[in-house]
Amino acid sequence: MNYLLPVMVVFSLFCAIATGKITELSGAVVTGGTDAISLVIKLAGVICLWNGLTAIAQKSGLTSLICKLFSPLLNLLFPKLKDKKAKEAIAMNITANFLGLGNAATPLGLEAMKRLQSINPTPEKATNEMARFVVINSAAIHLVPTTIALLRSEYGSTDPMEILVPALTTSIIALSSGILATNIFKKVFK
Amino acid sequence: MNKITDYILPVLVALIILHGAFKGINVFDEFIKGAKNAFDTILDITPSLIALLLCVNMLRASGGLDVICSLVSPLTTLLGIPKEITPLAILSPVSGSGALGMYENILKEFGPDSYIGKCASVIMGSTETTFYAITLYYGSINIKKTRHTLPSALCADFTSFILSPRLVKLFLVK
Repeated sequence: MNYLLPVMVVFSLFCAIATGKITELSGAVVTGGTDAISLVIKLAGVICLWNGLTAIAQKSGLTSLICKLFSPLLNLLFPKLKDKKAKEAIAMNITANFLGLGNAATPLGLEAMKRLQSINPTPEKATNEMARFVVINSAAIHLVPTTIALLRSEYGSTDPMEILVPALTTSIIALSSGILATNIFKKVFK
Repeated sequence: MNKITDYILPVLVALIILHGAFKGINVFDEFIKGAKNAFDTILDITPSLIALLLCVNMLRASGGLDVICSLVSPLTTLLGIPKEITPLAILSPVSGSGALGMYENILKEFGPDSYIGKCASVIMGSTETTFYAITLYYGSINIKKTRHTLPSALCADFTSFILSPRLVKLFLVK
């Protein structure tokens, strides 16, 4: 972002001067902050709700139950991973992603990375498991796309959840292609 | 279809709370504790959201985004991606909150139930912020050599951009 921010701002200024849209650009500078705050307010409720529900699920043991459910999938995705705590953290992260809890998924994902790093023989270089885990997170599969559904209903959709099936199908195929890519690219990037 | 999917969210919420109560948890207290923690997350994301929306708004208002899009549009047309969602497809791996802002704009402009709105929703629902995830996850454990992570992750993103319009047509356009 440290590179992206100045590049985007300078590029915008340059384009605005070239196209004569400097008035619009001036307006955009002001609305940027306002838009961000109103977006945060819209999202705050959903983030709080799911954090609260996750806290209950963790305490009640529902999460460790889910970890067990995921173990066949984990053995398939990470056949060489034996560390139990790393597996548990990965399962929790995948579950959170699955439920559309992006904000719960991130801290759990960081925990999983810490575990993977503790068993990394080359600490300055990413392992195949790490790469695969990050790819899974960058093509996250959401069973309940809460944020998207919320925004859709905010803007008056008659059926906010109808995108669920195509979105899920798309992400499963996209994730498969990502995983396939890790298998091919891991030999190229040693 | 909508009848079944409508059940998921309320049933899930009920299930989590009931399971907690069944196990003898003070569900209300736990909920409050968890929800309170959320404010840290919210505070963390707010400043970057402001910076990102500043960038995005400037890029859009100045016509800079149109310049980038027209540069890549021959490729996206070839791939069957509607030109209205090309900016979203370009931005979403780079900036999650920026993509969210742009997604909102698309919903505002075209409506959530339009073809464009649906395509954008599917893209948003099937991708994450690749660059953000890589920076955050590897940054937290001080790894500089991420090897094949980025190209593999971009493969996944690219796949979902190409698939989104096709699957929207397949599932949602009657």
